[in-house]
Amino acid sequence: MTTALIRNAAAAEPPRPLREFWSYFSANRGALAGLLIVALVLLLAALAPLIAPFAPDLTDPAVFLKPPAWQAGGSSAHWLGTDAIGRDIVSRLIHGARLSLAIGLAVVALSVVVGTVLGLTAGYFRGVFEIAVMRLMDIILTLPSLLLAIVIVAILGPGLMNAMLAVAVVVLPHYVRITRAAVIGEMAKDYVTAARMNGASHLRLMFNEVLPNCLAPLIVQASLGISTAILDAAALGFLGLGAQPPSPEWGTMLADAREFVMRAWWVVTFPGLAILITVLAFNLLGDGLRDAFDPKLKR
Amino acid sequence: MLRFLLTRLSLIVPTFIGMTLVAFFLIRLVPGDPIETLAGERGIDATRHALLLKEYGLDRPVLVQYGIYIGRVLQGDLGKSIITHEPVLNEFLALFPATIELALCAILFALVLGIPAGILAAVKRNSVLDHGVMGVSLTGYSMPIFWWGLLLILLFSVQLDLTPVSGRIAFTYFIEPVTGFLLLDTLLAGNKAAFWSAATHLILPTIVLGTNPLAVIARMTRSAMLEVLGEDYIRTARAKGLSNLRVVALHALRNALIPVVTVIGLQVGVLFTGAILTETIFSWPGVGKWMIEAIGRRDYPVLQGGMLLLGIIVMSVNLLVDVTYGMINPKVRH
Repeated sequence: MTTALIRNAAAAEPPRPLREFWSYFSANRGALAGLLIVALVLLLAALAPLIAPFAPDLTDPAVFLKPPAWQAGGSSAHWLGTDAIGRDIVSRLIHGARLSLAIGLAVVALSVVVGTVLGLTAGYFRGVFEIAVMRLMDIILTLPSLLLAIVIVAILGPGLMNAMLAVAVVVLPHYVRITRAAVIGEMAKDYVTAARMNGASHLRLMFNEVLPNCLAPLIVQASLGISTAILDAAALGFLGLGAQPPSPEWGTMLADAREFVMRAWWVVTFPGLAILITVLAFNLLGDGLRDAFDPKLKR
Repeated sequence: MLRFLLTRLSLIVPTFIGMTLVAFFLIRLVPGDPIETLAGERGIDATRHALLLKEYGLDRPVLVQYGIYIGRVLQGDLGKSIITHEPVLNEFLALFPATIELALCAILFALVLGIPAGILAAVKRNSVLDHGVMGVSLTGYSMPIFWWGLLLILLFSVQLDLTPVSGRIAFTYFIEPVTGFLLLDTLLAGNKAAFWSAATHLILPTIVLGTNPLAVIARMTRSAMLEVLGEDYIRTARAKGLSNLRVVALHALRNALIPVVTVIGLQVGVLFTGAILTETIFSWPGVGKWMIEAIGRRDYPVLQGGMLLLGIIVMSVNLLVDVTYGMINPKVRH
């Protein structure tokens, strides 16, 4: 009788991993908030030229260092005020969202692809290759991350592209380690043996059989990695090594604003707030994804 | 135990060689040849160029050059700064105490606030307090500390005029360095006003540098406590009728602190990374600011040497944590 009931229930409700995933994910309010903010920033970035009231590098000698609209001396034309050469801060922040998201996504895409291939081959073939790769990753992990990125950029020359490359190198070990660990775990399972007995090639085994089963931790790490990438690239921009002025990258804007910390709080406050909110949102999203992928670990 | 120690020690040899390789070859990625870089904009004539090339051993095969380099590094010779012509190691050692003083204060700040916050969050699980601590911790973890520093300057130095904006101590004091830590040196000199000046200069940089570790330590303490509080021996302790405080402070905390101590050890790299930004913001005369300035001056030996030295320090601390952890927890040894 009980078995019949269970069988009926099972027939009525086939497993739906996506729905299950969403039910776990949406129960986490922080994760939902993160998702919402990320979506908002994406929208802002996509529609930047339509939404931003001014061009990001349009200077206006009439409005140097205007305070935000709600302060005495502010004007409603420049909602969050203007910077030292009369550029509208709202417009620059909105266009900066494009850069920050592009940096985050590009860095993570690069390090995920390279990291997955390295980790997958290391975990699949083992041996000397694995030892060499993992030792190299240990070295990268041992050096303080920003320091290594700084040295790489100092040598390649400052600029957004080199900064992104440097950050991608610095975060690479995380993806290699995660993929390798997951691959080693999967390789021992029966389905891999079965596929191998069916005569699957190395490439097929690696990419079609093993890799799809290692994706969950990679997705989590990638969403957390976007926040690290945005933060590190902004730090490089702040040190004058990342995106170069007049680029509206948030870290670069802060570097420009540093000398006005004594007399214009708004040029310093808003770019940093934008970084904080975006990074926080990606971290919330990443935490939510991790909990939803692995409900066993849930608090 | 001896075997565990030896394996750990032998593991750092390849890491060390790898680090010297990275340091050696990164510098060779600089466009143009090193002599021209050294000469700078003044330029250099062909005979002197050839002479210098020979003098620096740059006409030898790369592998030989690397061999010479590693031999020098092992003798503590990391080259000379292009700008000051001082040995890189000497400059580093002169500035390092400032960085260490700041880093120690920051980690102390993070511990003193982070551990109690983590314990409270775990004990009052799912309360407003717990959510508050976790929210603040996630914010601290996401904080761009270079901006955080500017905000604190804006608030405490500019608006409230409570703390100085930059430097380690007011210019009016000269303290003979004994330990290199100004907090100690001013006390040794018996100069209270100077001590006060040094302390106020430390406050904001300490908070800025301590923010990321604080967030990590609070989170880690909370999750370690939650895990331990669910164990059987905690239930036993409670069943014996021990007070809640005794159970939490004596039985749970002691075991929860093991993973926390490991995390603290692993924060060293984070601290050095943060020190680069913090020192830049507050004009703190430590190795982070020194290296950033070296970039502007294209002083590559300083960059190369500084990176290697910081890497070695992080590696040594990690090793120390590893070994200590192995001593506390025999399970790790095997």
